[in-house]
Amino acid sequence: MEYKGEGAKGVAVEIRNITKSFGDFRALDDVSISIEKDEFFSLLGPSGCGKTTLLRIIAGFETPESGDITFDGNSILHLPPEKRECNMVFQNYALFPHLSARENIAFPLKLRKMNKDEIRRKVDHYIHLVELDGHEDKRPAQLSGGQRQRVAIARALVCEPSVLLLDEPLSALDAKLRQNLLVELDEIHDKVGITFIYVTHDQSEALSISDHIAVFNEGKVLQTGSPYEIYESPSTRFVASFIGDTNIFPCIVENSVYDNNLEEWLITVQIDELGSTVTVTDYDDIEIGRRLYFTIRPEKIRIVGGERKLGENSFSGFVDEPVYSGYQSKFFVKLDNCTFIKVLKGHTTYLDDGPEIEWKDRVSVSWRAVDGYLVKEEWSEKR
Amino acid sequence: MKRDKKRINVRAYLYSLPMGIWVTLFFAIPIAIILIYSFLEKGLYGGVEWRASLAAYKAILNPNFLIVIWRTVYISVIATAICLLLSFPASYAMARSRHQTLFLFLIIIPFWTNSLIRVYAWINLLSTEGLINNVLIKLGIISEPIPMIYNLFSVILVLVYMYLPFAILPLFTAIDRFDFSLLDAARDLGCGRLRAIILVMFPAIRSGFFNALIFTLIPIFGAYTVPLLVGGMGSTMVGNIIVDQVQKTRNWPLASAFSVILTLISMIGVMAMLGSGKKKEEMNEKLL
Ligand SMILES: Nc1ncnc2c1ncn2[C@@H]1O[C@H](COP(=O)(O)OP(=O)(O)OP(=O)(O)O)[C@@H](O)[C@H]1O
Ligand SMILES: [Mg+2]
Repeated sequence: MEYKGEGAKGVAVEIRNITKSFGDFRALDDVSISIEKDEFFSLLGPSGCGKTTLLRIIAGFETPESGDITFDGNSILHLPPEKRECNMVFQNYALFPHLSARENIAFPLKLRKMNKDEIRRKVDHYIHLVELDGHEDKRPAQLSGGQRQRVAIARALVCEPSVLLLDEPLSALDAKLRQNLLVELDEIHDKVGITFIYVTHDQSEALSISDHIAVFNEGKVLQTGSPYEIYESPSTRFVASFIGDTNIFPCIVENSVYDNNLEEWLITVQIDELGSTVTVTDYDDIEIGRRLYFTIRPEKIRIVGGERKLGENSFSGFVDEPVYSGYQSKFFVKLDNCTFIKVLKGHTTYLDDGPEIEWKDRVSVSWRAVDGYLVKEEWSEKR
Repeated sequence: MKRDKKRINVRAYLYSLPMGIWVTLFFAIPIAIILIYSFLEKGLYGGVEWRASLAAYKAILNPNFLIVIWRTVYISVIATAICLLLSFPASYAMARSRHQTLFLFLIIIPFWTNSLIRVYAWINLLSTEGLINNVLIKLGIISEPIPMIYNLFSVILVLVYMYLPFAILPLFTAIDRFDFSLLDAARDLGCGRLRAIILVMFPAIRSGFFNALIFTLIPIFGAYTVPLLVGGMGSTMVGNIIVDQVQKTRNWPLASAFSVILTLISMIGVMAMLGSGKKKEEMNEKLL
């Protein structure tokens, strides 16, 4: 597989300050995103946050009030949908019910007045690519959900667009099929080498497949970055809690010193909910007195039975609810000051994990300063 | 499996029995009677003599009658075509509108008034002393009244008025059920707006279209009151002849023969259209 470096091929799609309202309701608010050539880009956000609306604006079915969208540097907003260099896989597939799978895929080619042999060759190629061999003569009603979705993808790909828009294509499928198709989708992306813009509200889907992700909420882009950046350095409280699971507390910065060993700033913050201070590292010096959010992921917290001081950032409490799921356990620990904290413990080696921790056990939890993260979103007293 | 199928068949017969009795009593038997009457001799004061004869069919071959049959065919075709052309944009707009119920209500309102009264209303509008001519003359746009009634124009106009709702309702139902995101998909794949409608929407609403066609063409073909009330000498239709033959000339076999011809023509017409529709679909499939 070729290396997809940052900025290796330049920007394919540039979305600049797009705003769109339906009546009084603002569906998109000053959205700006730039998407590189051939990358797998995800738009991630909860239901109703405007993902489909943005995709429909790119495809040409909605007109924004302001802003611009360019493909390879040229504005496309004045073009009708049929003239745009992109194709869409719709949330409900939108296959033509009166045509067979093969005819659905051939549809855009016949519009382009391509000769018959050429059409046959191309359609066969894409049917093979999405692994629909043997199903090509079925009507959409006779296909399974996953097969329909693959017809929809083949139909969009056969036009050889420079950008493929996918609107939650997997949301209607069961978890197992979704996993398989996700892998297939990734393979198709590697094979055809075009820009994918993928809409989803499933954060694990987005994390596992994307080169870059833009996180949306209520019509605004909150953060754009690689899955790693989004997960490890969320820019707002919403991003931190929407992506993965986390513990997040408001905090006040009390002290900040540079640590020569870590080559980072060691910051002490006061957390009322924990009734204590906590240390956390950051690349930047942070002004004392700022009111920010402190977050620590459950899998980065250590948990041991009994009352033991485990160095920095250590607390004790009772296990309120253990949730066992085979490869890992999730504990809701009720700390001594009644704050709950979520802890994940992986079960890697049998019996190596120490004594089993059970309901109502006394436990100690702790984490290292480097594993915590300060979310640079300010809070005020009256929340 | 087999037994299951059998049981279902028995049930199917049972369920369709009431309908079967109804159809036999009120359609099949009357049509059979008409068919038989058309091959008998006419009685002196109406009724029939029970002697086989082809006199009625020979009488129809009279050029005067043939002209009426031909006229009935083309009036029906024109009126139906206008109905369908008008009903498509109307149904489309209704299906897309937020005020569907209001529009449906507006279309149904006229049915609460007796159709004869509505035809008389048209007479008041169209006649030489009627509303339209009066207004135009008062406004000084014309000096002489325009002859708008008792001719082909008025017959077609009022027929279209009477049967338009019968075209709109089935078409509206079909379009309302249509998944409009398919049009977006078609445009995304490279169709212009109109082409998307033709290639994707038309196939999906075919059955609604044929329903509209049948619900307008057949009643218009047998129309009787409209040509009687707003038509003139040059716009008599077969329906009028049948009534004349029954009531005035009292030639029941001839009236029956006309009915038989009317039924035959409309049946053949509808079958031909349905057939061509099917064939077209098959051709489309082969093309792809
Ligand atoms: N045509 C429209 N008229 C009015 N409001 C609309 C219209 N289309 C979308 N909206 C509103 O805009 C908001 C964003 O809708 P959108 O379909 O983009 O959400 P989404 O992010 O795709 O959600 P989901 O994940 O559920 O598909 C929603 O609150 C929706 O109600
Ligand atoms: Mg959506």
